[in-house]
Amino acid sequence: MATYSTNEFKNGLKLIIDGDPCNIVENEVVKPGKGQAFNRVRLKNLKTGRAWEKTFKSGESVEGADVMDTDMEYLYCDDEFWYFMDPISFEQIPASLEAVADAKLYLKEQDSCVVTLWNGAPLTVSPPNFVELAVVETDPGLKGDTAQGGTKPATLSTGAVVRVPLFIDQGEILKIDTRTGEYVSRA
Amino acid sequence: MIETTGANPSALSSSNVQQRLTRRANLLASIRHYFDQQKLLEVETPQLSNFPVTDPQLENLQVENPRLNHQATRQPWLYLTTSPEYQMKQLLSLGSGSIYQICKSFRHETPSPKHSIEFTMLEWYRVDFDMIDLINDVTGLLKKTVSEPIMAEGIEILSYREAFLRHLLIDPFTLSREQLEDFARKKVDCHFTNQDKDIWLDLLMSHCIEPLLGQQRPCFLIDYPASQAALARIEIDAQGNAIAKRFELYIKGIELANGYHELADYDQHIRRFEQDNQRRRALGLSTRAVDQPFLEAIKLGLPNCAGVALGVDRLLLL
Repeated sequence: MATYSTNEFKNGLKLIIDGDPCNIVENEVVKPGKGQAFNRVRLKNLKTGRAWEKTFKSGESVEGADVMDTDMEYLYCDDEFWYFMDPISFEQIPASLEAVADAKLYLKEQDSCVVTLWNGAPLTVSPPNFVELAVVETDPGLKGDTAQGGTKPATLSTGAVVRVPLFIDQGEILKIDTRTGEYVSRA
Repeated sequence: MIETTGANPSALSSSNVQQRLTRRANLLASIRHYFDQQKLLEVETPQLSNFPVTDPQLENLQVENPRLNHQATRQPWLYLTTSPEYQMKQLLSLGSGSIYQICKSFRHETPSPKHSIEFTMLEWYRVDFDMIDLINDVTGLLKKTVSEPIMAEGIEILSYREAFLRHLLIDPFTLSREQLEDFARKKVDCHFTNQDKDIWLDLLMSHCIEPLLGQQRPCFLIDYPASQAALARIEIDAQGNAIAKRFELYIKGIELANGYHELADYDQHIRRFEQDNQRRRALGLSTRAVDQPFLEAIKLGLPNCAGVALGVDRLLLL
């Protein structure tokens, strides 16, 4: 695996820190008047999402992380794994709950997702920004109330629960913003 | 730094170019006026040297020697000076008296907002001055050349030891390397390990102390550990610690100047250069040949003097 010297550090570079793949978010060189220079680096752990600051001695080398984002099609899930397919090679890859995390609430079969692979295995899964999902359970819709008014919870086909306007009925298809988990409109 | 250097011309936007150029020109004129009144001679020394510096924290930029085939030395490289120190000290040894120089200096560093590979340095030497005399001289210069309100607040002189005691509640001289490393690791998440005590001191200084220095008024940090003496004289302080008669000037957390009561002893020079090369080896860097013409000058006799280098570009960032 490639190693990177601190003078190659830049935002977006992926490194292995304490065994985990991390992303450089910010890189600052600090140097006391006449002494050792350091790189003070803000890192994000790509497995846990935790961001923190770490200091490197300028000139030292750090192992790079073989991390890349790939577009993959979501196929299905079994009890243990969520399966994704590379649309070019048709290779199928299972992703664990740890990798899928909250994205599982928005995964619809045949949707194209960004799967971040580390050494070929899924690290994180990002669903499309907007998905269209059916309402499987909600209180009956209030006819005529199409403009303002309150909201109510609705359970979607994936298990996600979102706040929707009172006029929404069971069986309807809704457009959801996966970044906020909010209802956008009827599809 | 980036203000003017050819390395980053995009930093010169056309909207205020007149204003910025005028500001720089006025600053240079006021510096020359100050030294003219103080009867210091302005000098120019070569910026290409046959020798690199030994300092483990400095790397020269080097250029191909175009006269390689004509010279008996067969030296493939020439080195751009990281400061005019060695060249100016040669003049002092020849009897120049107090002198100053404004010149470009070059350092092989990763560029950052505070470090450019090419920058403008003001360096001067005062014969028969000690460290405190020179601190007063720097203050006098800044009062005449910088109109920032912070200059009206007087100055603070703080020892390296006091700075650690005040901001971290530890004595940098009495703590062992292991104790310092343990302490530093609680303050800063470090990726590296190191056997050199100065690395841990540098880490704490740069991360935890420097940003706090000179916030109300200019701060002269003095009396560094002897291991960080470079070419400053070493004395024993009231606590019995070996300290370097060296200062750095901080304003608003930015280091502006670095001054020494200059070491004159020839044998000690040899020893310091040997220590530099030992440290270079420990850091995995190549060792450096020692600048022979400079050593010859020291042998001839450097007068008792104090000297300081000040970053002109940083002064413009205040």
